[in-house]
Amino acid sequence: MSGPLHKDYAGAKLGMWLFLFTELLLFGGLFLLYAAYLARYPREFGTAGGQMHLGFGTLNTVILITSSLLVAMAVTAIQRNARRMVLWLLGGTVLCAAVFLFNKYLEWSDEIGKGIYPNSPKLVAAPPGESVFFSLYYLTVGLHGLHVLIGGTLLTLVAVRVQRGTIHAGDYVLLENGALYWHLVDLVWIFIFPLYYLIL
Amino acid sequence: MIPVENVPPAGDGGFWNDTGKTGITAWIFSTDHKRIGLLYFYSVLTFFLIAVVLGVLLRIELMAPGRTIMGPQTYNAVFTVHGVVMVFLFIIPGFQGSFGNLVMPIQIGARDVAFPRLNLFSWWLYIAGAAVIITSLFTGGGPPDTGWTFYVPFSERTGTNVSLAVFGVFIVGFSSIVTGLNFVTTIHRLRAEGMTWGRLPLFVWSLYATAWVQILATPILGITLALIIAERFLGTGLFDPARGGDPLMYQHLFWIYSHPAVYIMILPGMGVISEIIPAFARKPIFGYKMIAFSSLAIAAAGSLVWGHHMFTSGMSDTAILVFSFLTFVVAIPSAIKVFNWVSTLYRGSISLEAPMLFALAFILLFSIGGLTGLILGAAATDIHVHDTQFVVGHFHYVIFGGAVFAFFGAMHYWLPKFYGRRYAEKPAVVAWVLMFVGFNITYFTMMVLGMKGMPRRYYDYLPEFAPLNLVSTIGSWILVSGLILMLVNLFRGLFKGEPIDRNPWGAATLEWTIPTPPPTENFEEEPVVTHGPYDFKGAGIP
Ligand code: HEM
Ligand SMILES: [Cu+2]
Repeated sequence: MSGPLHKDYAGAKLGMWLFLFTELLLFGGLFLLYAAYLARYPREFGTAGGQMHLGFGTLNTVILITSSLLVAMAVTAIQRNARRMVLWLLGGTVLCAAVFLFNKYLEWSDEIGKGIYPNSPKLVAAPPGESVFFSLYYLTVGLHGLHVLIGGTLLTLVAVRVQRGTIHAGDYVLLENGALYWHLVDLVWIFIFPLYYLIL
Repeated sequence: MIPVENVPPAGDGGFWNDTGKTGITAWIFSTDHKRIGLLYFYSVLTFFLIAVVLGVLLRIELMAPGRTIMGPQTYNAVFTVHGVVMVFLFIIPGFQGSFGNLVMPIQIGARDVAFPRLNLFSWWLYIAGAAVIITSLFTGGGPPDTGWTFYVPFSERTGTNVSLAVFGVFIVGFSSIVTGLNFVTTIHRLRAEGMTWGRLPLFVWSLYATAWVQILATPILGITLALIIAERFLGTGLFDPARGGDPLMYQHLFWIYSHPAVYIMILPGMGVISEIIPAFARKPIFGYKMIAFSSLAIAAAGSLVWGHHMFTSGMSDTAILVFSFLTFVVAIPSAIKVFNWVSTLYRGSISLEAPMLFALAFILLFSIGGLTGLILGAAATDIHVHDTQFVVGHFHYVIFGGAVFAFFGAMHYWLPKFYGRRYAEKPAVVAWVLMFVGFNITYFTMMVLGMKGMPRRYYDYLPEFAPLNLVSTIGSWILVSGLILMLVNLFRGLFKGEPIDRNPWGAATLEWTIPTPPPTENFEEEPVVTHGPYDFKGAGIP
C-alpha cells in the first residue's frame, strides 16, 4: 500500500467538478427529450403544463435556494473553525432537503389522486403529447428527488465528521465537495422549475 | 546490453511482494495501480475469451444454410450476449482499466493515480455490473435478444431479461465514468517535475482524450438505459408512437453515447501504437504534436457524428447531409495518425518483433476498417449496405483488427515488464501470422457477403451465400488457433520464460527506467524529466 498520500486539494476538487459534469449530462438527456418533444407538441405541453401546482413549485424553489445559501455559509464557517455554527447550518440544509421531499410527496399524491401518473388510464386517453409531458415530468423530478436524497445523506455524513472533528479548518475538502454537490442539486432544479412550472 | 541484475522468480520481486496482506485479499482490496491493472486485465481477458467462444458459435451456425447448431432464438441471444460482453465488459473498460492503470502513472512519473481508492472502487463496480449481466442470462425470461444496441420498441416488448442486463450495463458505465475522472485528474495533477504536456507519452495523451469521452458521453448512456427500464416497468411511453413518443429519440440518445464510445475503444489502441512504433523503429515519433492533437480532435469531432447510424431510420435530408459531412471530417484526424506512423517508419532501423508486428497489423486493418467506414458514412452508399454483413465486417476491422490487435501488442510490449520474464519470439510470430491471416479470411469475406446483400443478425441465409460463409467460418478457426497459440506462449513466457532487464526494447519512456518488475512505489526517488518520450539520445539509448 502506498500509505496515506499527501492530500491534493486542487485534485480532489477537480475530480468533484468532473463528477458534477457527468451529473449535469445525465439530466441533459432528459432535457434533450423535453426540447425535442416541446418542439413537436407545443400545444399539448401547454395544456399539460397548465395543470401543474405553481405553489408547490415556487415553495420548493425558495426552500432549495435557501438551503444552498446555508451550505455555502457552512463552508465559510468551517474556515473560521466555528464548529457549532457549521453543524447548525448543515442541519438547516438537511432540514430543507427533508421539507422539499415532503412537499414533493404532497404534490405527487395530489396529482396521482387526480389520475395523472405514467400509464394512467386518464393519460393514455389524453392527447399524445400530454402523456409525454407528464412522463418526462415524473422521470426528471423523480431523478432530481433521488439526488436530493443522496445529497441530504451526504451532508449528514459530512456533519457527523465535522462533529467528530475529522473535518476542520485545516482540512475541509469533503465539506466543500459536499456543498458543491448540493449546489448541483439546486442548479438542476433551477432548470426544472421554469421548464415545467413557469413557461408553459 | 546491460547484464540482468537480479533474477527474481516469476510473480516475485517489486510490487509482487509488498503488503502484509496475503492471498486474494492482497489483490482485490489493493489500491496499488499495478495490482488493479492486473485485476482488470485478467477480468477483461476472461470476458473476452467467453465472448470469443460465442463468436465462434455464431460462425459455426452460419457455416451452412438452415439450422446448423442452434435455432433462431438462441442465435439472437448469442449475438446479443457476444456484442454486449465484447463491448461493455471487454473493450470499453479494457484498455483504461488494464494498461491504463498499469502503465500511465509510471509514464507520467507518479506513484499512483490521483484517487487510488476510487480506482479500486471502479473495478468493484465493473465486477458488480458484470455479475448483474451474467445473472440476467440465467434468470427471468432468459438472455436478452435485442442486439447490443437495445433498440426500442423491441427492447420494451421482448419477454427476455432486458431490464436486468441493461441495469448491469448501467453499473459498468458508472465504473467507466469513475475511471475517466480519475485519469483526467491524475494526468493534470500528478505529472512529475519536468513532465510537461509536450513531453507526455502519446499513450498518455490518448488516455487523456479517452477519459474525457468517458466523462462526457457515458452519462447519456446511463440515462438512456434508465429510460428503457422506466419504459418497461412504468410504461412511460416516451418512445411509443401510440402515446406521442418517438423511437427515433431512443436511437439518437443511444448513439450520442455509442458513437463516441467507439473512440473509447480505439483511442487507447492508437496510443499503444504510437509507443510501439518509435521503440521498434528506433526513431523519434514523426509529428508528435499532430498525433497528440488528433486524439483530442477525434474525441471532440467524434461527438458530433452519431447520426450516421440512422441514415435509414427516417431522419430529414438536411440531418443526413450534416452527419454525413461531419463523419468525413472525423476521418481526417485518424488519417493524420496513420500518415505520422508511416512517416516514423520511413528510414527507421526497424526490428520486426512481436509488438511491432501487431502494430503494423493495426495500421493495415484499421485503415481498411476506417475506409470502409466512409462507405457507411456516405448516405448514398450506406443505404445499400446498412444492416448487412458488410457492417459486421467493417466494425470487426476497426474494433478487432484495430483496438484488439493493439491490445495484443500491448500485452507483448508491457506485460513482460510487470512479470520480469518474456515470451518466446518465434511462436509469437507464428501466432501473429495465423491471427492476421485468419482475421482477414473471416471478416473480409463477411464484407463481401454484405455487399452481395446478406443481412446481419440472421441465423439463416439464401443458398447462394453458402460457399463464402463456409470460407468465413474456416477463417474464424484459423483466427482462434492463432489466438490460443498466442496466449499459451505469452503466459508460459511470463511465468517460465527468459528473465528480462529494465529496458528490453530500448524504449525511451519512463516505465523502462525503473526496475523490472516495478517496485510498489514505482520510483525510488521522485523522477525529474529532462527529455521527451521518444528522445532516444536524451535517454542514452544507442
Ligand atoms: C474470434 C472472434 C470473433 C468472432 C468469430 C466474431 C463473430 C461475430 C459474428 C459472426 C457476428 C455477427 C452476427 C450477426 O450479425 O449475424 C458478430 C457480431 C458482433 N461482434 Fe463479433 N466476433 C469476434 C470478435 C469480436 C470482438 C473482438 C468484438 C469487439 C471487441 C466483437 C464485437 C461484436 C459486436 C458488437 C457484434 C454485433 C452484435 C449485434 O449485432 O448486436 N466481436 N461477431
Ligand atoms: Cu458511429
